[in-house]
Amino acid sequence: MMLEKAPLTFMVNDKPVAVEAPPTARLSAVLRDQLGLKGTKVGCDAGDCGACTVAIDGELACACLVPVASAEGCAVRTVEGLAGDTLSALQSSFMRHGAAQCGICTPGFLVAAARLLEENPRPDEASVKDALGGVLCRCTGYRKIVAAVMDTHSASPVAGEGIAAGEAVGKPIPRLDGLPKVLGTDAFGADAFPSDALAALVIRSPHWHADFTFSDLGPYVAANPGLVAVFTAADIPGINSFGVIPPFADQPALAEGFARFRGEAMAVVVGEKDAIAGLDPAEFPVSWQVRDHALTVAEAKSAPPLHASRPGNVMAEGKVRRGDADAALAASHVTATGRIETSYVEHAYIEPEAGAAWMDGDTLVIQACTQAPVMDRDDTARVLGLPPEKVRILPTATGGGFGSKLDLSLQPLIGLAALKTARPVALAYTRSESMMSTTKRHPAEMEATIGADKDGRITGMVFDGDFNTGAYASWGPTVATRVPVHASGPYFTPNYRSVGRGIHTNGPVSGAFRGFGVPQAAIMQETLYDELAGKLGIDRLAFRLKNALRNGEATVCGHVMESGIGIVECLEALQPHWQRACAEAEAHNAQPGHIRRGVGVASCWYGCGNTGIPNPSTMKLGITSDGRLVLHQGAVDIGQGSNTVIPQICAEALGMPLSAFTLVGADTAITPDAGKTSGSRQTYISGKAAEKSGRALRETILRFANVSGDAEIALEGGVLVIRDGAASRTIELGSLPADADGFVFRADESYDPPTVPLDENGQGKPYAVYGWGAQIVELAVDTKLGTVELIKITAAHDVGRAINPALAVGQVEGGIAQGIGMALMEEYVPGRTENLHDYLIPTIGDVPEIETILVEVPDPEGPFGAKGLGEHVLIPTAPAILNAIRDATGALVTKVPATPSRVLAAIWAQGGAA
Amino acid sequence: MVRYAKPRTVDEALGLLADGDWWILAGGTDFYPALGALPLKRDVLDINGLDELDRISATGDGVTFGARASWTRVVRASLPPAFNALKAAAREVGSVQIQNRATVAGNLCNASPAADGVPPLLALDAEVELRSAKTTRRLPLADFVLGNRETARRPDELVTAIHVPRHAVSGRSAFVKLGARRYLVISIAMAAANVEIGADGMIASARIAVGACSPVARRMPALEAALVGRPADASLLDLFDDAHFAGLTPIDDVRGTSGYRHAAAREIVGRALLAAIGANDEGEQAA
Repeated sequence: MMLEKAPLTFMVNDKPVAVEAPPTARLSAVLRDQLGLKGTKVGCDAGDCGACTVAIDGELACACLVPVASAEGCAVRTVEGLAGDTLSALQSSFMRHGAAQCGICTPGFLVAAARLLEENPRPDEASVKDALGGVLCRCTGYRKIVAAVMDTHSASPVAGEGIAAGEAVGKPIPRLDGLPKVLGTDAFGADAFPSDALAALVIRSPHWHADFTFSDLGPYVAANPGLVAVFTAADIPGINSFGVIPPFADQPALAEGFARFRGEAMAVVVGEKDAIAGLDPAEFPVSWQVRDHALTVAEAKSAPPLHASRPGNVMAEGKVRRGDADAALAASHVTATGRIETSYVEHAYIEPEAGAAWMDGDTLVIQACTQAPVMDRDDTARVLGLPPEKVRILPTATGGGFGSKLDLSLQPLIGLAALKTARPVALAYTRSESMMSTTKRHPAEMEATIGADKDGRITGMVFDGDFNTGAYASWGPTVATRVPVHASGPYFTPNYRSVGRGIHTNGPVSGAFRGFGVPQAAIMQETLYDELAGKLGIDRLAFRLKNALRNGEATVCGHVMESGIGIVECLEALQPHWQRACAEAEAHNAQPGHIRRGVGVASCWYGCGNTGIPNPSTMKLGITSDGRLVLHQGAVDIGQGSNTVIPQICAEALGMPLSAFTLVGADTAITPDAGKTSGSRQTYISGKAAEKSGRALRETILRFANVSGDAEIALEGGVLVIRDGAASRTIELGSLPADADGFVFRADESYDPPTVPLDENGQGKPYAVYGWGAQIVELAVDTKLGTVELIKITAAHDVGRAINPALAVGQVEGGIAQGIGMALMEEYVPGRTENLHDYLIPTIGDVPEIETILVEVPDPEGPFGAKGLGEHVLIPTAPAILNAIRDATGALVTKVPATPSRVLAAIWAQGGAA
Repeated sequence: MVRYAKPRTVDEALGLLADGDWWILAGGTDFYPALGALPLKRDVLDINGLDELDRISATGDGVTFGARASWTRVVRASLPPAFNALKAAAREVGSVQIQNRATVAGNLCNASPAADGVPPLLALDAEVELRSAKTTRRLPLADFVLGNRETARRPDELVTAIHVPRHAVSGRSAFVKLGARRYLVISIAMAAANVEIGADGMIASARIAVGACSPVARRMPALEAALVGRPADASLLDLFDDAHFAGLTPIDDVRGTSGYRHAAAREIVGRALLAAIGANDEGEQAA
């Protein structure tokens, strides 16, 4: 049933428009689908995220909550109305402050901020927060957004303009792909659907664990005019099993006869757009027989296995053993033992999964948001029974990923539909569909004991963690491996025994989420370090500094690095901040009252790239006969900045200016595999490949020109000009033979980190490069309500070399915001929090001042000394918050998030308010 | 076909309501989340054409909020201090985007246990005006919201106004909302306090309401009675007794445990009360 369409007229961005639409159609849908104004983003369709914020007669509204009938006669302003011939001052400020990372929330912020600035051109921070509190961002941590709005009135130039050749590394230049993000023209997964595409509706299990039987589907299609087909597992031509780690591939694209979790896909209904919009999934002809289910690790251990080959529901187990941990603990002067529990955490990127698929000859093209185009290609081809080269992945701009867009979601579903119908098929997940069906951070139940001698040196540690990996493997094996490798923290731990297990349940699939289990394990270890420091009577920062891993000391995996370990430098950089913060808290707490201040510190280390297995990247670079310098940059930029950082590295190595580059993205048909955007690997591994390609191309050109290594290369029109001292040589590119790619000169260099696989005791060289960091949290606890107010976070991160300091700071702030969420509010309860008002992520009012200190201890392996950063940054935040809460109140919260309810319970449990 | 109507007068709307089961669309901020991605299957009565319900007016009888008055209109309205709690609640409803569209009446009709508008309106002794083609009636708010998502509105009725009686317009007020993040947050618990202080410095009247701690927000009559005649200072907190809060029946959920809500409710009632009587009235500051 549909409402009749009605003619409506209103103004959009000062121009009259006339549409025919059902009067209750959401204004957001009309703007996007009928008027082509795709800058208004749909993140939740419930007013929870603000991505669709527009101004109606000057007043802000979520366009998803406005019936188009209410726009009749009104003036609507969207992001497309902000810029004239040039960027507005606000957009320009967003560019120069790096206020857009992935860019999906940017239009909503811009429209809301423009409204504020009309009234108040010089707003203070509180006014900015109040005005923008209704828009969520998951990438930036909001600090750059606040700064950009407050600084709009100034017309300071964009940093990094006028950078000469060979000077790109180390410069805080604005992101190269930033312009379309602040204009609202960047095309995300749902923004470039073919106009003739069929729509799709995925039918999903409403049960945790159930057998199902379809009735005859033919009559269902026939009874709903406009439907084209229903596809089920029976229609899948290939192997109906996918997974990011091939030996563990276990997830059907469409369930076969029974579903293992709520939200699992069982069928895809394909049809004309209006017909699909008129469907109620509850009326789909399927009958259910519900089975017993297990949602917790404890239940699952005694439940029948979800996968026959995995008894006890143990999906994978990772171990690291070094020395004799039990003997060391027994001989320790002091020990601390604890137990920590964490919750499911939802990635909550503002862009739900979206994309379109179509046939191009006999090649299936899938255009969608992703973090891993080549993995998408290979796994989709396997499911659909196609050779990989007959699947082409065209990544769109990706509106946040954080690990979940590494896995397949809609690719095999729209791919199947396009393959079978020979028509384009488009699909955008709803928010609840995205939340219930895609991966989560693993809930963890961890126990550990750490010992120290009387001088305060760590003697040994045992760690045991069960990680709820949900119904399918996804990245669970990686979590089980990474956790024991990292659970010691960046501290010299001579005796160590650590186990991490992935346990199947009927919960949502747990996969990759910024840190692969290490953020959970860090809470365990860092809270015990505070307890040990207390028992020893040593300052908590000094205790960490005493035990920080140093060059020449073996890690718990027996990896000895002779240089590049930067944790000491990070902790030392924090010392003055620590002393100030502790003194301020002490002064506050000398006064009576129920608001108690606390200070906490925690550290991180994190290996970049895959753990002890190959992880190559390739970068293709060339100069075309028509005089273009083209970099095929296949490291997907999900907001973290690889579209900028990797060209910076390449430009520096090649010795040509960034402005000379033409960038080609991660289209699998024309760009080599730069691997997945995961494991904090792109700056280091793909960056290294870009450095090698840059140097190789330079060498090729210099050799061709027969000049010295000091020569300068420039593109001037269609001519390559080589200057070597006083001599100058020109190369007419058009006169040289070009290859199939149009290149006259080219380089295709790969890089694979030199690692050594782990043995049965977890000993080896799991990573070639690690990043290091530590953070201080200052906060206040209301001891009568259990609420926590963050005051300041100071973060010192060793990035080896900051290729782009502005983007690096943006990563730190964004990671901290996610750490804040994990620590204080984020708890995904399957079946109960499948929206962004019951599932809370930090708003602009929840992220305090962040002071970032970029430490540069060069790594001998990384490009120009650079190390990875993306995941490291959220690891210390949650443990530092818990440590600060304990410092304030004496109470340790042992389950995160530390909601007001849990904080107050912890305060009561240790004997009342401080 | 599903029907859609956007009447221009209340009488026209009431005529339509007399005939059929309509889903009423006002600010849309609860309508669309409830609809989600499902097809529209119910007839929709869009009241956004009823200009006559848009007003906030003060008369000798008290203050009347037309059913279409948005939270932003409440914030911007010139109202006496007794309404500071309502204004403070208005600023906590969702976000600015929501406050610009969502209506006070819609908040009541949606009847969420965590509705931000209910405690301050309970503390204002608010009444709900319901009209049908045949009758007009006024119900005390406590008799209008009957349970979780349940109201006394009959299918042929439209909520046309919320009325705050004259006796409640004097005095001062404050509101405290407790949530797990700064903006866009559903309450764990909330409290509204309206008090009148006599010339003798004693509490002359007190109306206290607590939200999100029972299926419907509740007044705290035993506490109110205990406060009257007492000095309007911090010693009021010493009067608090478990029995005063016995009407609260909070649940355990993802936002907090029942035990936590009990403790938090008592604490924030105290804070709202002190803010209401204090020189630096939080509600006044917020206004």
